[in-house]
Amino acid sequence: MTERYSALALARHAATGAPWPRVWRKAEPKPTYDVIVIGGGGHGLATAYYLAANHGVTKVAVIERGYIGSGNVGRNTTLVRSNYQMDGNTQFFEYSLKLWEGLSHALNYNVMLSQRGQIVLAHGPSQLDVLSRKGNIMRLNGIDAELLDRADIMRLLPYLDYSAGTRFPIHGGLLQRRAGTARHDAVAWGYARAADRLGVDIVEHCEVTGFISVGNRITGVRTSRGDIHAERTAISVAGHSSHIAAMAGLRLPIESHLLQAFVTEPIKPFVDHVISFGAELFYISQSDKGGLVFGGHIDGFNSYTQRGQFPKIQAVAECAVALIPSMSRLRLLRHWAGIQDMTPDGSPFIGRTPRDNLYFNGGWCYQGFKATPATGWCFAHTIARGEEHALVRHLALDRFERGNGHDEYGLGQWTYRQ
Amino acid sequence: MNTGSANGPTGNERMLKIVCPNCGERHYTEFRYAGDATKSRPRHGSADLRAWHDHVFLFDNPKGAHREYWQHVLGCRQWLVLERDTATNTTGRSWLASEAAPP
Repeated sequence: MTERYSALALARHAATGAPWPRVWRKAEPKPTYDVIVIGGGGHGLATAYYLAANHGVTKVAVIERGYIGSGNVGRNTTLVRSNYQMDGNTQFFEYSLKLWEGLSHALNYNVMLSQRGQIVLAHGPSQLDVLSRKGNIMRLNGIDAELLDRADIMRLLPYLDYSAGTRFPIHGGLLQRRAGTARHDAVAWGYARAADRLGVDIVEHCEVTGFISVGNRITGVRTSRGDIHAERTAISVAGHSSHIAAMAGLRLPIESHLLQAFVTEPIKPFVDHVISFGAELFYISQSDKGGLVFGGHIDGFNSYTQRGQFPKIQAVAECAVALIPSMSRLRLLRHWAGIQDMTPDGSPFIGRTPRDNLYFNGGWCYQGFKATPATGWCFAHTIARGEEHALVRHLALDRFERGNGHDEYGLGQWTYRQ
Repeated sequence: MNTGSANGPTGNERMLKIVCPNCGERHYTEFRYAGDATKSRPRHGSADLRAWHDHVFLFDNPKGAHREYWQHVLGCRQWLVLERDTATNTTGRSWLASEAAPP
């Protein structure tokens, strides 16, 4: 059993030099569990934690092909916010943000939530009208939102391009002060440790190779480390959702695409907020180490390579320099790609599947990281109760059969254009 | 000429290239991706909603061999079918979408 982190524990270890125990046990897979969660990313670990913490289901295994933190939970741009405008999304992401606000205490692990505020920019009067509408929807749902004019933006973000000749002049923006960033690795480690403390087995380097079933009912998984049986099985492997679901005979409304992210060399504090460009998909913040962290669109064609294409670097860098001209002086330190589930309406899936006792969470498009706590909360509820949590009923896997697509951005039915 | 470097291939060599049957090998940025080419659309006028749903919304999305449409929007504007391994981005044969797959 891991010990509780506290100021007292810190002082004790400092005084005695006693080593800290492992953050979570190195678990061997047992032959049977109540629940198997496939995928040890943020969502899978959060699901396991809330199964144990909220529902008393502690005979749980999280099985992970790689190591904890090796997938998308360590490959995102760490943004958390709840500025959505469609009913369903608004309430779900606000619930998630509220969980973020108490997460470090709940997990006894500092996830370094930094509510530095996110500003979405408008580059014309009509775009500012759209943001005003979104802000009103947020406020009607009890979510903080402030409309900013050009003078406000110039005061808050003096380093943007305000020159007369700029292609996308800044008219104003929408600020959510409670939005911000969290330390993504700490989220994975914090959930892993908290789940482990409640008895969850976290089995790393264990790849699923198939499902075990009786008729239509899934009763376990075949893995590289042997068969594991369970009353219920949950898939939470965004990026590889289609690949795993195909082993259960399911075809999903998902294509896998690459999203790249970038970090510059570290510099002194410069970008104090999270900023979203309004003329293209581009978002930037500064990490606690000083690097500017930013990203853009997906590469544009389906791929599992986890390695992005170079022209996207140029496209994203052009956005960066159009917004913050001084960034042209910075060197790029690293860039990487994550495999992202893309869906026809840009919204994810959480719920039951056509196979009995098999549950699915995936299709997160650009939104997986910020959703981590609420996904875990709602997916655990869905698995424990056998029916969907009220906050995720609009995210059913069969929603397109009923004409209930949930298209926040109104882009139409193309996975690769969301 | 692009010879790469000690650290591996340069971006130019790593970039996905597509052979257009009309124009030859070009960078993928000249093309627009247009999805899975193995799907066949239900017959026009078909009232089988399940078949339409599956055609529009479901994807095999394989990790491996994939056959897909691209349009050479910055070239001859023709539609073509490309074979590509989605796990490695290695490309195979390509042919005009208006023609049958080569044997």
